[in-house]
Amino acid sequence: MMARCLFLMALLFACALPAQAHKASDSYLSLNVQNERIDGQWDIALRDLEMAVGLDANNDAAITWDEVRARHEAIAAYALARLKLSSGGEACPLHVTQHLVDTHTDGAYAVLRLQGACPQPVTTLNVDYNLLFDIDPQHKGLLRLTHGAATTAAIFAPDARRQDLQVAAPSRWRQFSDYVRHGVWHIWIGFDHILFLVSLLLPAVLVRHEGRWQGRDTLRASVIDVLKIVTAFTLAHSLTLTLAALGALSLPSRLVESAIAASVVLAALNNLWPLVHRWRALVAFAFGLIHGFGFASVLADLGLPQGALVLSLVGFNVGVELGQLAIVAAFLPLAYALRRGLFYRRVVLAGGSALIALIAMVWLAERALDLKLLA
Amino acid sequence: MLGKIIVSLACACASLTAGAAPYIPASGAQVLERLPGGLDPARRELQGLRTALAANPHNLDLATRLAQRYIEQSRRDGDPRYLGYAQAALAPWWNQPQAPSSVMVLRATLRQSTHQFAPALTDLEAVLKRDSGNSQAWLTRATVQLITGDFAGARSSCMRLYSRAPELVVQACLANVGNVSGQAAASYERLRQTYIARADSPPALRAWVATLLGEMAARLGRPDAAEAHFREALAFDAEDSYLLGAWSDFLLDRGRAPEVITLLKDKTQADALLLRYAIALKNAGRPEAAGATAELAARFDAAMRRRDSVHQREQARFELALRGDAAAAVRLAKLNWAVQKEPADLRILAQTAAASKDPEARAIVQAWLASSRIEDATIASTVASLGSKA
Repeated sequence: MMARCLFLMALLFACALPAQAHKASDSYLSLNVQNERIDGQWDIALRDLEMAVGLDANNDAAITWDEVRARHEAIAAYALARLKLSSGGEACPLHVTQHLVDTHTDGAYAVLRLQGACPQPVTTLNVDYNLLFDIDPQHKGLLRLTHGAATTAAIFAPDARRQDLQVAAPSRWRQFSDYVRHGVWHIWIGFDHILFLVSLLLPAVLVRHEGRWQGRDTLRASVIDVLKIVTAFTLAHSLTLTLAALGALSLPSRLVESAIAASVVLAALNNLWPLVHRWRALVAFAFGLIHGFGFASVLADLGLPQGALVLSLVGFNVGVELGQLAIVAAFLPLAYALRRGLFYRRVVLAGGSALIALIAMVWLAERALDLKLLA
Repeated sequence: MLGKIIVSLACACASLTAGAAPYIPASGAQVLERLPGGLDPARRELQGLRTALAANPHNLDLATRLAQRYIEQSRRDGDPRYLGYAQAALAPWWNQPQAPSSVMVLRATLRQSTHQFAPALTDLEAVLKRDSGNSQAWLTRATVQLITGDFAGARSSCMRLYSRAPELVVQACLANVGNVSGQAAASYERLRQTYIARADSPPALRAWVATLLGEMAARLGRPDAAEAHFREALAFDAEDSYLLGAWSDFLLDRGRAPEVITLLKDKTQADALLLRYAIALKNAGRPEAAGATAELAARFDAAMRRRDSVHQREQARFELALRGDAAAAVRLAKLNWAVQKEPADLRILAQTAAASKDPEARAIVQAWLASSRIEDATIASTVASLGSKA
C-alpha cells in the first residue's frame, strides 16, 4: 500500500512537468448545405471508435480494414445517434452513403460520407452534437459548414453541444414578405390606427348639406372620397416612417403616442360637430405624419436588416397599406348599403364616433399622464 | 467581404492539412491503426477496470483507481486522450463543488494538465481545509505553485510533507523549488545525497528523481554528472517520454544531434519528441528535416483548430528553431510565460527575446533573473547576448 501511494505521488508530481502530448480527441465534420439538401463527411478516429463500439475483434491491438468493415453498421448507428440536424424545428435525418478511411495528424480515421434532407430549404441549421462526450469529455467536434461560397466553422464541446448556424441570409423575397406580414399585423393589432382611419371614413358615404348629413348619390363619389383620405394618410405616414426608420428624424415616443390618441379624438369629434368635411384628406395627411412615427417605433423594435434596409422598409409599408385596404374593403360596401337610413347616421356615425372619441380620450390620458386606466 | 475571403482561405489551408483524400484500403488485412500500449498487460488491466466501472459507475474506489491509472498512462505515453478518459471515470462527481477528497485531488491534477491553474488550486485548498494531512494534495499544490512561479508558496507546501511523505519525495519537492530560486547547488547536493541514501525507494520514484538530478546538474553546468544521472534514469525506464525529452535537450545543447536522431526515430508519436527529432535532423543537416517540420506544423495546426493553447512553449520553440520566425516565436513565448514559469519557459523566452530583439521579452527575462535568482548555465550565453539592463 505504501509503495502504491508513493508511486502515485511521484507520478502526479512529474505529471505537472510539460505536457508532451499530441492533440486530444477531435472529430472532423464537414457539411455542405444546398437548399434542403445536406451532404457531408465525418471523420472519427479509429481509436475513439474502438473505445465506443469496439473494433479490435481479435484483441491484437492492431485494427485492420476487415475489422473496421465488420463494424460499419455499428459505427454508422453509433455516430448518427449522436448528431441531430434540424431546421425550423423539423428534423433533417441523415444516413451514411459510404465508408472510407483517412489519416489525420494523430492517426487513422473512419470516414463516413453523409447525406440527408430537411423538409424546407435551410436558412438556419440547428446542430446537436453528442459524440464521445461521455467517453472523453475533452473530445471536440470541429465543424466546417459550407453553403455556396460561404464557410462557417464551429467547435462542439461538452459545454457547447448545441449550436444554431446561419447558413445564408434569407432570400430577398422572404425578407420582403416577412416585413409585409409585420406591417399587416401591426395595423391589425394597432387599434389606434384603425379607429383613426374609421373615424375619417365614416362620413365618406355621406355628404354635408345645409348642416345635415345626407347619403351620397353614387358609389363612385364615395370611393373617390375614401381614396383621397387613404392616399393622403398613406403618403404622410410613409414619409415620416421612412425618415424615422433611416434615423433622419426622431420624436419622443410618449409625445408621438399621445399625439396619435389626440388625432383619434379630434377625428371622431369632427364627425359629431363637423368643422372640416371637405378637407378631411388634409386632416388625414397632417395626422398621418404623426402616425408614421408610431409605425417607425414598431419597426425599430423589429430591427431592420442592414443588408436589406430599403427592401424591408418598403415591405413594412406595403404591409401597412394592405392592412388598411382590408379595413376599407370591409367597411365601404357595408357603409354604402346603409348610408341612407337613420341607423347609419344616428347609431353608426354619431354613436360610433362618440364611442371612439371616448376610448381615444382614455388613451390620451393614459399616454400623456403615464397612467393605466384600461386593462 | 475581405473578412469572408480570409476566413475561407484559412479554412482552405486547414483542410489541406486535415488529411489528403479518403480512400478504401486495398486489402482487408491492411492494418490501419495500432492501439497505444499494444499487447502490454497495462492495456488489458485498464480495459478490465473500465468494464468493472461501467457496471458500477458510482463506485468511488474503482473510479479514482481508474482515473489514477489513466493519468499515469497519459504521462508515460504523452497522450492526452487518457486525461479525457480519466475525467470521464470521475463524471458522477466532476461537477460537484465539494466532491470527495480523492476526486478533488485528481480533478486538480487534470485541470492543471490543461493549464487551469486557478481552479486546480481552489480544489486543492478545499481538500486541505477538510483534511490538512492529505499529503497528495500538498504535493500537487506545490507542483502547481512551482509551475506558476509562486516559489514561497511551493516551498511551504513542500514543508507540509515532512513526516507525512517519504523523505525522498520531500527532498525532491524542496529541491525542485530551491534549484530555481537561488539555491541551485545546495538543493542539488541535498537531493543527490538523499537519492543515494534511499536506494530502497521504488524504481519509478528513483527514475523520476534521477531525471530531476540530471536536469539540475545540466543547469549547474556539470554535464558529466548530468549525463550519468540521465543514463541512470534511462536504465529504469527508457520509454518515459518526459525523460526522453529532457535527455534529448541535453544532447542537443552539446551538439550531439545524431544521438538524438537514433534515440527518437521511432518515438515521434508524441509532439514534444517529434519537435526534438526535427531539430536534431536540422542541426545534423539531414534532408528528412523538412518532412518532420511539415508533420509538426500539421500537428500544431490541428491543435490550433481545436483552440488548444497548452503547447505554446513547444510551438514557440518550433517557430524559432525550425521555421526561423522570431517574431511569431517571441509572441508565443510571451503568451506562454503569462501562464507558466518553469526553467524551460524562461529559456525559450530568453532565446526568442535574443533572436527577435523584442524589448518587452528582454525586460521580462532580466527582471525574472534578478527576482528569482535562478541559476541556469544552459541559458547563460543567451542571457549575455541580451546585454545589460537597459
